[in-house]
Amino acid sequence: MKLAIIKYNAGNIQSVSFALERLGVDFTITDNAEEIMKADKVLFPGVGEASTTMRYLRDKKLDQLVPALKQPVLGICLGMQLMCRHSEENDTTCMGIFDEEVKLFVPKDDLKVPHMGWNNVVKANGWLDPAIENQYAYFVHSYYVPVNSYTSAVTEYITPFSSAMHRDNFYAAQFHPEKSAKAGELVLKSFLKV
Amino acid sequence: MLTKRIIPCLDIKDGRTVKGINFVNIRDAGDPVELGATYAQQGADELVFLDISATNEQRKTFASLVKDIARHINIPFTVGGGISSVADVAPLLEAGADKVSINSAAVRNPNLIDELSKAFGAQCIVLAIDARKIDNTWTVHTHGGKNATDKKLFTWAKEGQERGAGEILFTSMDHDGTKAGFANDPLSKLHDLLQIPVIASGGAGTKEHFIDAFILGKADAALAASIFHFGEIKIPELKAFLNTKNITMRMN
Repeated sequence: MKLAIIKYNAGNIQSVSFALERLGVDFTITDNAEEIMKADKVLFPGVGEASTTMRYLRDKKLDQLVPALKQPVLGICLGMQLMCRHSEENDTTCMGIFDEEVKLFVPKDDLKVPHMGWNNVVKANGWLDPAIENQYAYFVHSYYVPVNSYTSAVTEYITPFSSAMHRDNFYAAQFHPEKSAKAGELVLKSFLKV
Repeated sequence: MLTKRIIPCLDIKDGRTVKGINFVNIRDAGDPVELGATYAQQGADELVFLDISATNEQRKTFASLVKDIARHINIPFTVGGGISSVADVAPLLEAGADKVSINSAAVRNPNLIDELSKAFGAQCIVLAIDARKIDNTWTVHTHGGKNATDKKLFTWAKEGQERGAGEILFTSMDHDGTKAGFANDPLSKLHDLLQIPVIASGGAGTKEHFIDAFILGKADAALAASIFHFGEIKIPELKAFLNTKNITMRMN
């Protein structure tokens, strides 16, 4: 199996590639359309700001390529948010794979924004290994996707939100599997098995 | 529920782990990659690697070390030491570090916080503050605690947040190395003053000290070095203990 990591101005490409290396996965890091299309699976990482990142993806025409992919695609963190319809982060139109709005957390009581640290993941349904149930994953984000019909795991912070999603061949995680110790490896392995 | 975090800190000089006791004496405590991976496996929630190298030649070792660390550990980590520009930070994040901590350079040039936050996002900028009480005022020190400045802990922390720091790492020099507990009063004040997370540092000696830092000091995370390096407190035992005291811990 050959996996392609989409190369763009995302901050966590190195960490994601090391995580795959630790799992013994054969992968390439590329922004070449042909190479991405012929990969068995595609990983769409993401750390950064939505509007700048979408502009970059548009310039490279990756915003059209990703939604058209037929093989399993995993979006991580900002990658997951860019797979939604629109983000409140600088009023950004995203790729629309998940017909959902990405919203800004409003701080409440002692709960600070960004949501940063380890929080538990409650599996709702679908592709994730059942062993993920109630395990802790590492999150860093200020925007979230509300619970919706695509939600495959829920985490609670200020409000319950989607910590993982799935639609057809598209999979997504709001947390960072590449930084989430054993729980993260479980999620990557779940994706490698779909 | 978001957990409290336990963070071992590794001081690095010329590619090796060291720990300054009261910022003066230094003892060797092993290979940073191996030590980091061991802590990750034991349940540490994050790691901090601080480069205390004196020369540029030694610093070059650190940059390649960061990549080696990222290759082997599967939890988030912060790197710091001698960072004074956007150009210093980019290669560290590209090598796989999650956050950078800045200290003396930010005191000298507070604009650095704005620049880094704008370039990389607030979530990866940790403002480290070393302070000691002088005439009843928490006074900020730089250069590993050697130089007193005219900055005060609380106003500097607040300014750091406003300029775009994502976290404050507060080390009480009065507590560091004493093993008599964290500086819970100023920690609690920082918590009430700020909207960003505060990491408690300096003074850890017993498991109970961590309870105090989280409950009395209201810290989001607690950092320690020598007690972990020399096995005086083992991370799995510490986390299990805190868990029984109703402090939310990641117990995967």
